[in-house]
Amino acid sequence: MKPSKAVVILKDNLWSNNPIFIQILGICSTLAVTNNLSNTLVMTVGVALTTAFSSMTLSALKGLIPRKVRMIVQVVVISFYVILIDILLRAYLPEASRQLGPYVGLIITNCIIMGRAEAFAQANPPFLSFWDGLTSGLGYMAVLMAIAVVRELLGFGTLFGLRVMPAGFVPWTIMIMAPSAFFLVAMVMWWAKSMQAGRQAAGKEAKK
Amino acid sequence: MNCTKLELRSYPPFIHDWKTSAKAAWICSATLVPVALWSSVLYGRIAVVTWLTAVAAALVAEAAASALTRRWTLGDGSAVLTGLLIAAAMPPGAPWYVPVASAAFAILIVKAAFGGLGANWMNPALAGVAFAYANWPAHMREYVLPRFVAGVDGVTAATPLTFAKGLAGGLDIKVMDALRGASYPLSAIDGAVTGFLNDSLFSRLSARLPDGYIDLIIGFKPGALGESALLAVALGSIVLVSLRLIKLEIPLAMLAVFGLLARLFGTGLPGEGFLAGDAMFAMSGGSLLLVAFYMAADPVSSPVGRGACLLYGASIGALSFVFRRWGAFTEGVAYAVLVMNVTVPFIEKAATGLRLKRGGVA
Repeated sequence: MKPSKAVVILKDNLWSNNPIFIQILGICSTLAVTNNLSNTLVMTVGVALTTAFSSMTLSALKGLIPRKVRMIVQVVVISFYVILIDILLRAYLPEASRQLGPYVGLIITNCIIMGRAEAFAQANPPFLSFWDGLTSGLGYMAVLMAIAVVRELLGFGTLFGLRVMPAGFVPWTIMIMAPSAFFLVAMVMWWAKSMQAGRQAAGKEAKK
Repeated sequence: MNCTKLELRSYPPFIHDWKTSAKAAWICSATLVPVALWSSVLYGRIAVVTWLTAVAAALVAEAAASALTRRWTLGDGSAVLTGLLIAAAMPPGAPWYVPVASAAFAILIVKAAFGGLGANWMNPALAGVAFAYANWPAHMREYVLPRFVAGVDGVTAATPLTFAKGLAGGLDIKVMDALRGASYPLSAIDGAVTGFLNDSLFSRLSARLPDGYIDLIIGFKPGALGESALLAVALGSIVLVSLRLIKLEIPLAMLAVFGLLARLFGTGLPGEGFLAGDAMFAMSGGSLLLVAFYMAADPVSSPVGRGACLLYGASIGALSFVFRRWGAFTEGVAYAVLVMNVTVPFIEKAATGLRLKRGGVA
């Protein structure tokens, strides 16, 4: 049985075309927010929702937008959703909003959102675009949460603010700073690419 | 193990010589043994523990990398050398996890991840040390006085370089006098030797050697394990240069530029006048000599041609002076070498381009 289109998109965005370790988009926020798990969670949920809704809106509007100004319209739509998220965070999660500071507003510059709008929503119907945006955000979230677990655990000895490590643990200062995200992202990429390369080789062997 | 595959994995230059990279690494390690011995005499048991921990961690990391890549590389000596060099940059008595984490980072991430010995584009030991500096800055700045100065083990003190940065200087004050003025610890041997030299030699030349240089040179001062054994490092560097295991151009250019800049712009003592810097103090304090001969001139991560080597060494000297004089750390030398490691391909390209323009081999 051939998998449905939605399943293919899910698998693509989570693994074989993951925005972080294959497309290498959205690296700036990976460096900035991943030293704290709860901030990372809020941030990635925000990105996932923004990507989903802006992809859906742009896909629905694609017949009405003149091609020459489509980038400007895309930015306007994306910023609309980012402002919504910013207001919602301020109202319901004021603590997280304060800690994330400018990074919530900077969701608009996250390359994944524009990338999905250009690469997928331009050529696909609205609901499929919504699904594509959401799963892209999930792929982003999965990687960032994995990195944030390592960084918060080693950098503060906590997970979601709860003390996990024994009292004698000395925090790794580098894990709080941005350079550690570089190492960790690189390691995730290394792992994922060697996994995918191994699987491709195995697939080719099987076809023969 | 497939033998032809192994051969394909070796790197240029392919010259037949007794100097295989394994032999070079073992000789380098052997020249570090006097450094280890002297620092153990100076700082006692804690120094021995740090040396052994770093080497053991490096060996374990290399064994793990060997197991992962299925290539047995423990015999090439580079792991031992990396371990020794990491220990040389550690303050005596650093907690065990500091050398262990640096060695693991150096060997697994900086060396093995990029393809093992010969394919690493940074000096593994220095990268490990920089990792430790970023990770545990407090532990890496906790130095102890040698037992000959303090009388007992484990008295913490600031290194001369760090100490001099916090002093109140003036236009006519030299670093050494300022250190004495602030009653920085001085050993009895230094007083005796300096007094003897002043009485017998310098008084006839109507000059005076300030107290403290002898301490700096024989290592009666707080400092990293390798930097305190300055004489042993100098001895090792003579061996390395005379066996032509390293390119002399790199450390020479580095030390010359560094000394010149230190002379011109001072050593970091506040309020120091132009052209009044104490180059001797600047060069004997900190791990400059060790880094110059053992790390900057590392054959894997340094350039090949002569012009490229001179440019590379001079840039390291200038950068390390800038980092040390105006940076937050007095140990900017390590960062200077790492920065220049990254630029080696461009330096080589530039040097080759110049040669071609002048009508060399095209």
